[in-house]
Amino acid sequence: MSDFLHVLTDHWSLFGEGFGNTVKLFLIAAVGCLILGVLLGAFRVSPIPALRWFGATYVNIVRNTPLTLVFAFLVFAAPKLDVNFDYFTAAAVALTVYTSAFICEVVRSGVNTVAPGQAEAARALGLSFAQVLTEVVLPQALRAMVPPLMSVLIAMLKNTTVAAGFSVVEAGAIPSYMAEFGEPQFYVLLWIVIGFLVLIAPLVVLQRFLERKLAVAR
Amino acid sequence: MSSSVLYDLPGPRGKRRNVIIGILATAGIVALIGWVIYRFNATGQFEYRRWAQFEYQAVQTELLNGLVGTLKAAGIATVLALLFGAIFAAGRLSDHRFLRAPSTAVVELFRAIPLLILIFFGYYVPLQYGWSISNLWALVVGLTLYNGSVLAEIFRAGVNAVPRGQSEAAYAIGLRKGQVLRMILLPQAVRSMLPAIVSQIVVLLKDTALGFIITYPELLTVGKTIGGRLAFGFPYVPAYLVVAAIYIGICGMLSIFAWWLQRRLTRVRTTAAKPLPVNDVDRQV
Repeated sequence: MSDFLHVLTDHWSLFGEGFGNTVKLFLIAAVGCLILGVLLGAFRVSPIPALRWFGATYVNIVRNTPLTLVFAFLVFAAPKLDVNFDYFTAAAVALTVYTSAFICEVVRSGVNTVAPGQAEAARALGLSFAQVLTEVVLPQALRAMVPPLMSVLIAMLKNTTVAAGFSVVEAGAIPSYMAEFGEPQFYVLLWIVIGFLVLIAPLVVLQRFLERKLAVAR
Repeated sequence: MSSSVLYDLPGPRGKRRNVIIGILATAGIVALIGWVIYRFNATGQFEYRRWAQFEYQAVQTELLNGLVGTLKAAGIATVLALLFGAIFAAGRLSDHRFLRAPSTAVVELFRAIPLLILIFFGYYVPLQYGWSISNLWALVVGLTLYNGSVLAEIFRAGVNAVPRGQSEAAYAIGLRKGQVLRMILLPQAVRSMLPAIVSQIVVLLKDTALGFIITYPELLTVGKTIGGRLAFGFPYVPAYLVVAAIYIGICGMLSIFAWWLQRRLTRVRTTAAKPLPVNDVDRQV
């Protein structure tokens, strides 16, 4: 048991740096993929065929590409195109590019859950387009979007570990450092699991809370 | 698109405006694609010497071996994950608390742990104790535990999607618990969850690329080897484009198959259960 604790206390700074970078990567990529994902989602529900096509193509390509390949492309191939990122930026971009395809799908299906009759009824009452959107459609669509949006973000938090394979010192990279110190890897990995559970738990609690708060009878 | 909740059928002015925006959008997309092609061209990615390798039979064999490595890991992991999922779904559906509680705990735990960390358990821990376990099995263990847990949830949802009247009727004619599950619930549940299972296999297949990180010789690893050759001007871009095309081809076909199954099962109602959603986003990320 004391071995188990010592793994953490002896390497406090490594764990701190690792999980610190994980959280940083998560927050940056979360902002990035929410912006890009909502934009792509807007494309997919827009009346312009070219934009709808672009959104659908992006989603279909990215959804069938492994995240690791996106990372590998940005780290190894992008410099050959004279696009130079440092490792951390490359990781943030890869997570953003990959996750926004899923955010886009959440936005699209969220909007699709609102029955057309809702907007028709609102227009029949004489509401303007802006009013229809802000008073009737979006409040209902957002309610449907929030729980799956949280799920996608939680999955993205777990995906940050892939950056470990591409020279970013985040939580997933801790084992390879520990291998050099010869620490018992089982304990190291258990601590990483605990770390992730601690990071995920508040997100799950928030998700459940929002789900309950936003639940709407249809 | 009068079915959209966001906008009406456009009138004459709206149509004109949409055409203008459409032209601008098309121009933007063309410019974006053109810029990418320009960058590729400017940095010499289309040069013959960077693509010459793919004409060599040795390189083609290399790619093929990588693909076999990927499919082997995916194949073994799929079989084991289906097994794992079936066992733990049965556990979660059990009437006995002493089976239900640990099954629930296992499934929820493995779904919460990042897949790469699960793979590291199979990779670093045996390494430390000097046991020899090939990195194929490290990868397979991780993929099995994670996808098995997700599949357990799919199985459970599938069985729960069969309307209660079905099992009530089965109990009423005197079938026992095992018989109800085997003869009434499972045949219907399997059909309703087939599309979701296929789409989970796509996820699993994509995730074999994590084998790259533990240096398992799969498609992505081969891509890096091919890309790293000085004699061909470090053709990383062509190599990864080829690898991406293979992944997108295989996964895309499987995704389309899942959609086709979904459509067909919705149309041809051979079961009382509604098909489970194919693209449940949180499973796929």
